[in-house]
Amino acid sequence: MKLDSQNLPLEYSTETNKMNILGFWIFLSAEIMLFATLFTSYFVYVDRGVGSGPAGAEIFELPPVLIETFLLLTSSFTIGLAVHAMRIGRVKAMIGFMVVTLLLGAGFLSVEIYEFIHFYHIGATLQTSGFTATLLTTLGTHGAHVTFGLFWGIMIIVQVLRGGLNARTANKSFIFSLYWHFLDVMWIFIFSFIYLKGMM
Amino acid sequence: MDFLDRFSIPPHDDPMLYASIVAIGLVSIAIVFGVTYFKKWGYLWNNWLTTVDHKRIGIMYIISALLMLFRGGADAVMMRLQTAVPDNSFLDAQHYNEVFTTHGVVMIFFMAMAFIIGMMNFVVPLQIGARDVAFPRLNALSFWLYFAGAMLFNVSFVVGGSPDAGWTNYYPLAGTEFSEHVGVNYYNWALQISGIGTLMTGINFIATIMKMRAPGMKLMKMPMFTWSALITNLIIVFAFPVLTIALLMGTLDRQFFTNFFTTGDGGMDMMWANLFWVWGHPEVYILVLPAFGIYSQIIATFSQRNLYGYKSMVASMVIISLLSFMVWVHHFFTMGQGAVANSIFSITTMAIAVPTGIKIFNWLLTMWRGKIRFTTPMMYSVAFIPLFTIGGVTGVMLAMASADYQYHNTMFLVAHFHNVIIPGVVFAMIAGLIYYWPKMFGFMLNERIGKWAFWNIVIGFCLSFFPMYITGLNGQARRMYTYSEASGFGPLSMVSFFGALLLAVGFVIIVYNVYYSFRYAPRNVGDDPWNARSLEWATHNPVPEYNFAITPNVDSEEAFWDYKKNGHDLFKGEIKDIHMPNNSGWSIILAGFFFVFGFFFVFHVWVGVIIAFLGIIGCLIYRSFEKDDGHHIHKEEIEETENKFGGAK
Repeated sequence: MKLDSQNLPLEYSTETNKMNILGFWIFLSAEIMLFATLFTSYFVYVDRGVGSGPAGAEIFELPPVLIETFLLLTSSFTIGLAVHAMRIGRVKAMIGFMVVTLLLGAGFLSVEIYEFIHFYHIGATLQTSGFTATLLTTLGTHGAHVTFGLFWGIMIIVQVLRGGLNARTANKSFIFSLYWHFLDVMWIFIFSFIYLKGMM
Repeated sequence: MDFLDRFSIPPHDDPMLYASIVAIGLVSIAIVFGVTYFKKWGYLWNNWLTTVDHKRIGIMYIISALLMLFRGGADAVMMRLQTAVPDNSFLDAQHYNEVFTTHGVVMIFFMAMAFIIGMMNFVVPLQIGARDVAFPRLNALSFWLYFAGAMLFNVSFVVGGSPDAGWTNYYPLAGTEFSEHVGVNYYNWALQISGIGTLMTGINFIATIMKMRAPGMKLMKMPMFTWSALITNLIIVFAFPVLTIALLMGTLDRQFFTNFFTTGDGGMDMMWANLFWVWGHPEVYILVLPAFGIYSQIIATFSQRNLYGYKSMVASMVIISLLSFMVWVHHFFTMGQGAVANSIFSITTMAIAVPTGIKIFNWLLTMWRGKIRFTTPMMYSVAFIPLFTIGGVTGVMLAMASADYQYHNTMFLVAHFHNVIIPGVVFAMIAGLIYYWPKMFGFMLNERIGKWAFWNIVIGFCLSFFPMYITGLNGQARRMYTYSEASGFGPLSMVSFFGALLLAVGFVIIVYNVYYSFRYAPRNVGDDPWNARSLEWATHNPVPEYNFAITPNVDSEEAFWDYKKNGHDLFKGEIKDIHMPNNSGWSIILAGFFFVFGFFFVFHVWVGVIIAFLGIIGCLIYRSFEKDDGHHIHKEEIEETENKFGGAK
């Protein structure tokens, strides 16, 4: 879709809306620093912080991680479709894609919970070592973000259902999509630098 | 009773402690009684507690900062009293640990931070000709989260015990092994909660300064204080998340028995020191850059000249902000990084002296051939330059990694950072407060009394901290609660104690000055009592709710000066309806839940934690569904207000 200053999409249509989107971008840059701190700590602990506990290669399993990755990447695609549907004014399609997104997110979360239980059973708990603590804190911070996103998404769907698409709900949905894409990008980092690197 | 035992203060049978508990109780009752007696609850709630007006939020920040200044100042005087004579027994070792810890935390987080954010709140929207900040409701939430954090931290004094591992809170000392009581939990949660508020302030002000400047005000035409605020808030957004994670890890270590900062099972105690200072050194510049901004405004105004080297001022702040993230290791040169790392960080540290030096010369050259008026704010600024330079030079001494093995953890270091923070930040905030006082309250503070306070504070500062350079070089370690007579530190420590008393007297005089000027100062000071240069002085005194009836049109760096002297047309157009945000009690209620959440988390009372958490979620859901489009102030109403002030501006 073409964007020009005369014909801005609904989510950019008021001054407040533009300001909200800018503010959220700045917030996301703070979030990047938050995850950067976690990743940096992880790289410090991954070799030197193992102690008497297990190392990454001993506890990582590929199948659940691949399922998680597949679910979250697909959900990033569907939230993109939701925003596209919103731009061409098709509310039903938009809500449909948002519901699919949240379901995929919930699926991701279930597999992650399964994985945490698995870690617990093989003796890699939060308390085991510096390495497991950092690993689970990093994954947990991401998972907590996804959980928060699920509830936030439900609130937005309810509001779109009640009030239809207007400057206010479009703005909220768009910002939510930014948040969701961001979580996806963070997961790509987790997948590459924590799981794949750890299994190599 | 087991349940209640956790709230008791760990054993030190100190009558002073109980006296202060009684004092806090009595003061709280007096405040509640006083407000009820004068029937001011409605006024307080409608005009202050629920306000989203950046000016009122700024004033609330500053009042809180002043309260915290006196709390932290009392700690300081107690420390100097304890070390005034050798082998003193006024405070025991544990109590002394708690006092220097709370002094540091209160002064940095709850005094200095609040003071600069208060100043930014009050001044920045006026300087850029905006009606408010970008997210007024979020701004109120920032303040109340800060306030909740500050109160939570102060509660530790009477419930459960204060933290005792220093404001830097190094592990393993701060771990449960060496600090068993809940003090450090308080540290973690109080800073976490107020830190969230600070991060929101950062986001808010970046958006405000980027998007809400008056027409014509390009970035390179912004007043210097706004520039410093922009850079500071960028640093806040990039530095505070690091602290968030560090505090989270500390909380997990202390309350869920993880091994981040322990010494076994793969834990690394130095990880805390690194994370803390990756945030902590930028924090130093978060504090001092706005102070530089204030000095730039004051020095230009009272030298009656344009600020010298505007572009180099901006460039040096940008360079400082980048370098500030590359120097953190200089806080622990002695802790075993090896020569290469130390050398790199030594060089980056010294490099910061260059842009800072540029700023010093710019201020000097602004005064050069200016018509200087020695008002109180100007006197603070003039005293700042040599004193801060001494602090900077000792900083370069400390930056030499090999020499630092002699200075590390001595009173020399204590003297150094007080030497930069007090003339740098505290002087600036007092000067700024006096400078903007008429803008805030519509009358001036008495100059004569102000100068008495100034001399007390400057002389008191020199007497308290210069002796520490000497005792520090002679090997007096910091944070030691006492020393022997044979060490020879006695006489100079006594001088230091007298200096602290003089400082305290200076601050009391400032309070008296507020009282005196409130009673006797004339109220007809005009809109521009200092003959100032930037936009905040172009509106009325005190400022109406909507700041400017007509949004000003800016055409130069010193818009107001050119309006006065060179006939620039600042106020084109006519008065229209103005859209303003509505007040809301949401922020204070949400922050209240955060306070309860933090308090119960400190003590592992999970029922309370869950209830408070549900409260927080409830507030967020309420906000999500709330429709609040603000209100309009009508044209007629604005005209009426403007006529009362004697014509529209």
